[in-house]
Amino acid sequence: MKTHTIRRAVLPGVAALALALSACSASNEGGDAEESTGGVEAGSLSGQYTIGGASSQEAAQLAWTTGFTEVQPDVTMTYEPVGSGGGRENFIAGGYIVAGSDSYLTDDEGELTDATERCGGDAPIQIPNYVSPIAVIFNVDGVDELNLTPETLGAIFAGDITEWNDPAIAETNADADLPDAPINAVHRSDESGTTGNFTNYLSVRTPDTWTAGEVETWPSEFGGEGAQGTSGVVSAVTDGQNAIGYADASQAGDLAVANIGVGDEFVGPTPEAAANILEVSPQADNAGEQQLIFDLDYNTEESGTYPIVLTSYMLACPSYEDQAEADVAKAYLSYILSDEGQDFAASEAGSAPLADSLQEEALAIVETISAG
Amino acid sequence: MSTIQADPAPPSDPLQEEGSTGRAGDSIFRGLATGAGMIIMLALAGVAIFLVLQSIPALGASGEQAYGADNIVVYIWPLLFGTVLAAVIALVIAAPLSIGVALVISHYAPRRIARLLGYLIDLLAAVPSVVYGLWGRETLQGWVFPIYDWLHDNLGFLPFFEGPVTTGRTILTAGVVLAVMALPIITALCREVFLQTPVMHQEAALALGATRWEMIRMAVFPYARSGITSAVMLGLGRALGETMAVALVLSASGIVTFNLISSQNPSTIAANIALNYANASGTKVNVLIAGGLVLFLVTFAVNFLGRYLAARGRAKA
Amino acid sequence: MTDTLHEPFHTDPSTDLSTHVPLTKPQLPSIATTLAAAVSWGLAGLPALLLSWPIAGWVVVGWILFVLALPTWSGLIEGGRKAVDRLVTILVWSTFALAMLPLVAVIYTVVERGAGALSVEFFTASQQGVLGEGGGIYHAIMGTLIITVIASVISIPIGIMAAVYLVEYGKNNRLSRTLTFLVDVMTGIPSIVAGLFALALFTLLLGPLPRIAIGGSIALSVLMIPIVVRSTEEMLKLVPEELREGALALGVPKWRTITKVVLPTALGGIVTGATLAVARVAGETAPLLLIAGTLRGTNFNPFDGAMQTLPVLIFGEATRGGLAEYVPFQIERAWGAALVLIMIVMLLNLLARVVGSLFSPKTGR
Repeated sequence: MKTHTIRRAVLPGVAALALALSACSASNEGGDAEESTGGVEAGSLSGQYTIGGASSQEAAQLAWTTGFTEVQPDVTMTYEPVGSGGGRENFIAGGYIVAGSDSYLTDDEGELTDATERCGGDAPIQIPNYVSPIAVIFNVDGVDELNLTPETLGAIFAGDITEWNDPAIAETNADADLPDAPINAVHRSDESGTTGNFTNYLSVRTPDTWTAGEVETWPSEFGGEGAQGTSGVVSAVTDGQNAIGYADASQAGDLAVANIGVGDEFVGPTPEAAANILEVSPQADNAGEQQLIFDLDYNTEESGTYPIVLTSYMLACPSYEDQAEADVAKAYLSYILSDEGQDFAASEAGSAPLADSLQEEALAIVETISAG
Repeated sequence: MSTIQADPAPPSDPLQEEGSTGRAGDSIFRGLATGAGMIIMLALAGVAIFLVLQSIPALGASGEQAYGADNIVVYIWPLLFGTVLAAVIALVIAAPLSIGVALVISHYAPRRIARLLGYLIDLLAAVPSVVYGLWGRETLQGWVFPIYDWLHDNLGFLPFFEGPVTTGRTILTAGVVLAVMALPIITALCREVFLQTPVMHQEAALALGATRWEMIRMAVFPYARSGITSAVMLGLGRALGETMAVALVLSASGIVTFNLISSQNPSTIAANIALNYANASGTKVNVLIAGGLVLFLVTFAVNFLGRYLAARGRAKA
Repeated sequence: MTDTLHEPFHTDPSTDLSTHVPLTKPQLPSIATTLAAAVSWGLAGLPALLLSWPIAGWVVVGWILFVLALPTWSGLIEGGRKAVDRLVTILVWSTFALAMLPLVAVIYTVVERGAGALSVEFFTASQQGVLGEGGGIYHAIMGTLIITVIASVISIPIGIMAAVYLVEYGKNNRLSRTLTFLVDVMTGIPSIVAGLFALALFTLLLGPLPRIAIGGSIALSVLMIPIVVRSTEEMLKLVPEELREGALALGVPKWRTITKVVLPTALGGIVTGATLAVARVAGETAPLLLIAGTLRGTNFNPFDGAMQTLPVLIFGEATRGGLAEYVPFQIERAWGAALVLIMIVMLLNLLARVVGSLFSPKTGR
C-alpha cells in the first residue's frame, strides 16, 4: 500500500514532463525544420546549422542569423559565442561550416595548416565581415569632450598618468575643466579580441610606455579596474567616478567618447572613420587570392581615419564535400556581405559597414565557394 | 526510484512466502544499496581523476596559453590569494552575525516564532547565487559606494581602506555578498549546536540568578565552542567555492593586494573560470581546470577539517 | 564569574533584616524597551529631517542612540549585570534584523525590477530571432525543467539507496564509515568543480568544447546526491527500531521490511529532503554554464547540443554586450528571469515544508 504513495508522488511529475516535451514548442519558433539531406538547390535551403566564434561578433551575428531567415526561411542558423580560439578550433575540427574570428589565421600554432587540411588542401577563405571601432569611453565630472594623443592614451592605461589634471592631458584639452581627481582606468578582465586590438595599437604607437605588447588578457601589473565583458566595462565606467575605458563603439550608449590623435587632428570613432583604416592598411603577408586580411596601419596619418578598430573575419572553405554545406555557407556569407546584411547589422548591432570596394572584393571571393 | 517500487511478488502474507524468494530478494536489494554507495565513491573518485587528467596538459602551459603568466603556478597563486581573501572577509562578517542569529532562534525568540524565524533564514539560503550576483552587480554596488567613501576618509590610514574609491565593485562588496550566502549555513549548524547544549546546566544557571547572557556565556558557549568552529569552517568551504555571485559583482584585476576598496581587486579561482571559460579553447581550458583542481583540494581540506572538528566536538560532548 | 553569580544572594548589610528584605531589585518598566526605542529614533529623526539624511543614516544613528540609551538607563536603575544583559539582547536581535536585510532587499528588488517583464509572451516565447525587445524565457524554463528532472531521476534513487545501505546494512562497518566521510566531503564540493568534472568527462568522450545538457544533469547530480543521502539518512535513523524488529519477527524478509515498513514511515522526511535538494540545484549556474552552454532557441534533446537554463540566461543577459539601446531590455529580461527562478525555488521550498508536515510519521512522535 505505502509504495503507492511514492508512485503517486512521482508519476504526476513524469507525466507533466512528458506532456511538456511532446506538446509545445516556443511560440516564436517555426515548425520543425528538418535536417538537410544534401543536394538541395540553392534558394530553397533548409536545415539547422550551428556556427560560432568570436564573442565580439555576437551582436552582429545575432542580427545576421536573424535577418538570414528572411532570405532562407527554412534555415536556422545559430551563432555560438565561444571565442575566437574556440571558433577556429571547431572550424578546423569540422563542427562549424563557417566561423567568426577577430584575427586572421597564422601558422604560429599550426592553425593555418590545420585549416587548410580541413578544407581539403585549399587555403581557407578569410574575409572581413565588418569593422568595429573601439571607442575610448569616459565619465568625468564636467568634461564632455576629450582629445587624447596616442602617447597620452598609452600612459593612462599603463598607469603612468594617474590624475585627470595631468599636464599631458591638459595640453590637448585646453578648454576642458579637468578635475583634480584620480583616473579610474577600466579594462576587460576576461580574455578578449578587443583587448588584443587595443593593446596592439598601444604597443605600436607607444612601445616605450606600453611594454606588454599585444595581449588578449590584460596584464595585471598595469593596474586599473577590471570588468567582465564589454557590457561590464561600459557599466563600470557609467557607475564609476572619473573613469575611462575602451569598448566596442556600438555599446558606448550615452557615454562620452574620446577623440584620438591621428596625424595633426583628433578623430572620433565614427563608422566611416573606422572603415577607412582598412582602405589605408596593407594586406597581410600570407594573404592569397582568397584571403582579404589586413595588418592595420596604426601609424597612418590619413585624415578622417580612426585607427583603433576591431577587425572581424569570417572563415570558410573554398570547397565543401557536402553540397548543402557549400550552399548554406555561400548563401550566408553572401547575405552578410550584401548591402541588406551590412545595413541590418549596422542598425541592429551598431557595427560599421565595410567600404564598397572591400565589400565587392569579398563578395567575389564568396562566389567561388563550391562543393566537391 | 524503480528499485523502491520493485514489487515482484504479489502482495500476500509474508509468512506464507517462500523463504528462498525473500533471501534472493534480500541479496538483490542489499546489492542495490551497496551499489548505490559504490556509485557515490566512484563519482567522487571520478571527480578527482578527471580533474587531474585534464589538468596535466596545463602543467607545461606558459605565456599566451597561461593567460600571459610564466607558468601555471604564477597564474593560479594570485587567484588562490583572492579566493581566500574574499572568503575570509565573508567569514569576518558572517561568523558573528550567524552566532547572533542562531542565538535568537535557539534562546531568545519565543518558541513559536523561532520556528518561523528559522524558515526565514533558510529562505536566505534558497535564493540562487546568480540572483545574489545580479543584485550585487545592479543594486548593492551603488549602496556601498558612500560607505566606502566614508571608510576611505576616516580609516584611510589602514592598508585595507587605502582606496582610491572609484567603484562599488570591490573585493569587499564580493565578501559582503559571500557573507550573506554563508550566513544561513553557519547559522543552521550553530543553531543545532546551541540546541544540543545540556538544558540542565542552563536551567541551573538561571536558577542561581544568572541573567540570560550570563547563562549563555557559562552554560552554552563552552559546550558549543568546537561546534561553532566547525560551522565556521564549513561556511568557509562554501564561500571559497562560490562562483556566480563573485563573477557578477567583482571587478577583478587578478592582482595580490590587501586594499579592499580600490578599483584593483584580486580575482577568485571560481569566478575566473566562469569569466574566461566562454572564450577558452585548447590548453587554456586545461589551465582553467587546473585552477578548479586547486580549488577542489582547498575546499576538500577545509571541509575535512570542519567535519573533523565537528566529530571531535560530538565525541567530547 | 562565580562572584557575579553569587551576588544576588548577598544581602545588603545596611538593610535591617528584621523589618524588610527586598526580594527584588528595582526593575525598568516593561515598556522601557519600546520607550527607549521611540525616544532614540525620535531624537535621531530631528537632525535627519533638518539635514535631510537618507533613511539608512537615520536608522543607524537611531540604533546607536538606542544601544547607548537603554543599557545606560538600565545600568542606573537595575545595575551593571542587567545592563550588560540588555545590551547583548539588543545586539543579538540586531544581528537577526541585519541578516534579514539582504533577504528583504533582494526579494524587493527582484520583484520591483522583474515584475514588469512578465507577460504571456515572456513565458511562451524563446529568444530565437529576437534582437532587442520582446521574446521570452520559455526555452530556459524548459531547459531548467529537463536538466533538473534528469538530475533528480539520477540522484534521488542513488541517494536513497545509499542512505539505506548506511542505516540498514552498513552498521558502522569500514565501508559505511568511508562512505559517510565521502558524502560529507561531497557536500562541500564547489558547484563549479562539479561542472569542471562533467566538462572533463565529456571532453574525453566527445572531444574539445563539448556542450551537452545531460552533462549538466550529471554535474547537478554530484551536488544533489549528498544532500539526498544526508536527509534520507537522518529520516531513516528516526524510524523506531521496534518497527523493524516487529516486521522481522513476523518473518518478513529484510528487504521487504525496508520497502514496506521503514521507507514508508520515513517517506515524508525523504520527500522533503529530496524536494529541498531539487530546489537547491535548480538555481545552480556555474556547472550549467560550463557544460550545458547557452542557446537562444529551445532544445528538448538532452543528448545533443547546448540547452539554455534560467540561471545561465540570467548571467548571460546581465553580462552580454549588445547595442546600447538594447541593453535595458536584456537587463529587464535578466530580472524577470530572476523573479521566475526565485518563485520556482520558493515554491519548491514551500512544497517541501507542506509535504513534510502532511506525511510526517504518525508513530507517536
